[in-house]
Amino acid sequence: MVYSTVIRDRFRHPRFRGRIPEPQAAFEDVNPLCGDRIRIECRIVNGTLSDARHHGDSCAICAASADMLLEMVVGRATDEAAAVPAAAVIERLEAEIRPTRMRCVTLPISVLHSALSAVKAPPR
Amino acid sequence: MSPVTLGERCRADFPILSRTVHGYPVAYLDSAASSQKPRQVIEAIQRYYERSHANVHRSIHTLGEEATELYENARDAVRAFIGARSREEIVFTRGTTEAINLVAQVVGRTLVPGDEVLVTEMEHHSNLIPWQLACRDRGAVLRAVPVRDGCHLDLDAFRRLLGGRTRIVAVTHVSNVLGTINPVAEMARAAHAAGALVLVDGAQAAPHLALDLAGLGADFYAFSGHKMLGPTGIGVLYGRQEVLDRLEPAWGGGEMIKEVWIDRAQWNDLPWRFEPGTPPIAEAVGLAAAVEYLDTLGMPRVTAHEQELTRLAQEALAALPGVTLYGPPPGERRGAVVAFNVEGIHPHDGAAILDEAGIAVRAGHHCAQPLMKRLGIVGTLRASFCVHSIQAEVERLARAVSTLQAQL
Repeated sequence: MVYSTVIRDRFRHPRFRGRIPEPQAAFEDVNPLCGDRIRIECRIVNGTLSDARHHGDSCAICAASADMLLEMVVGRATDEAAAVPAAAVIERLEAEIRPTRMRCVTLPISVLHSALSAVKAPPR
Repeated sequence: MSPVTLGERCRADFPILSRTVHGYPVAYLDSAASSQKPRQVIEAIQRYYERSHANVHRSIHTLGEEATELYENARDAVRAFIGARSREEIVFTRGTTEAINLVAQVVGRTLVPGDEVLVTEMEHHSNLIPWQLACRDRGAVLRAVPVRDGCHLDLDAFRRLLGGRTRIVAVTHVSNVLGTINPVAEMARAAHAAGALVLVDGAQAAPHLALDLAGLGADFYAFSGHKMLGPTGIGVLYGRQEVLDRLEPAWGGGEMIKEVWIDRAQWNDLPWRFEPGTPPIAEAVGLAAAVEYLDTLGMPRVTAHEQELTRLAQEALAALPGVTLYGPPPGERRGAVVAFNVEGIHPHDGAAILDEAGIAVRAGHHCAQPLMKRLGIVGTLRASFCVHSIQAEVERLARAVSTLQAQL
């Protein structure tokens, strides 16, 4: 198999695919290499990312990355959520990602970062 | 010799085809993106660098004379290959993209606000963005001929869109996604009748079809060396002599002038007016070897061979459940590409899985995003064929495609 079991499972059975009604933060971007598009919508309560969902039109790696990323960050402070490195996501995907597909992993990360950076974190 | 065996005969000429990918002999079905090179081309380049390299045109020594002769002979070889009337009509560029940008610049400078440029919905970005830039800079209007029935230009709409303000029509000869062969001669006649110039993007035609540019009627015709068995870094802009002759150069530098004063210069003759700086000499030598290779095979035979494989691929893929094919139906004459999708499989995932089986195909939007939008898809997989392609590779492709859904 080309893709890890985790990637295939997340692609077939995403846990965080969908939409957030009236999200406090949202962002959408495309991968210029392939035209993939992904949108992430966030619910934020007192500086915490209380829920998030992704949707769009993308390859299995990108969809799995988005799904895993959101599982990793929901429930965490927005500044922490915006700072997850690609390596952490790849580790959880249990996958070796070739350089040509690295952007598939990082697109959801940068989309989440852009969504959250538009939100001012409240003072702690 | 039957057409399909042409591939078997050619394979030994392509050293790269003897390598393996992930343990399988490579099935290179991505020639439309960039073709592989026969030994004859690789050796011509090596021989040039080992025996004859120097700068061209103004070197008063033996090596410079040899390099100049080889470079200019390459121009003559290309002229004959595409059926142009004179060597003055052959401008060497870095590729199709640079050739189109050159025309967009020099013709673009002559546009005035309200002028119109007519492209089509099936253009590669390289025959769209240069016109967007030209129109933006000059206040001109960019219009596009729509694609109807998923694969053909709407010629009625084309005639309606052609008007007194249309200054140039830019159209691809063969679609890099659909394989559609557009009626460019007919379109050129209509455009000329409306007083417009015509540029044809021949990147996907020159490697596969016998060309007769003198008869085609286009004012400009652009193509790349690397898609037709030649090296990267060289392309050709054919320009009808009477049109080229009245155009200002695109870029300045050495070589493109006759005499220079501090405040002005007199332009060189054609074609050198459009070739500033040291040109891609070794690449021109390699392109000449590629043209000779194709000529030896005979372009009508090359076309027949590739169309037969394309038909076989269309039939084999169409027989698989969940596969959608794009482009003209089997039986219609078309380019050597087959774009397709497999239900539930993103093209990039499909290509990654096929690569694991040693099969190289293209995946994505193929630099034709407006066409993808028209078709309502993100992208496609695309297999493309070349002189060295064989039926066994088509069968391998079909077998591997049939397993895609199970592998994801």
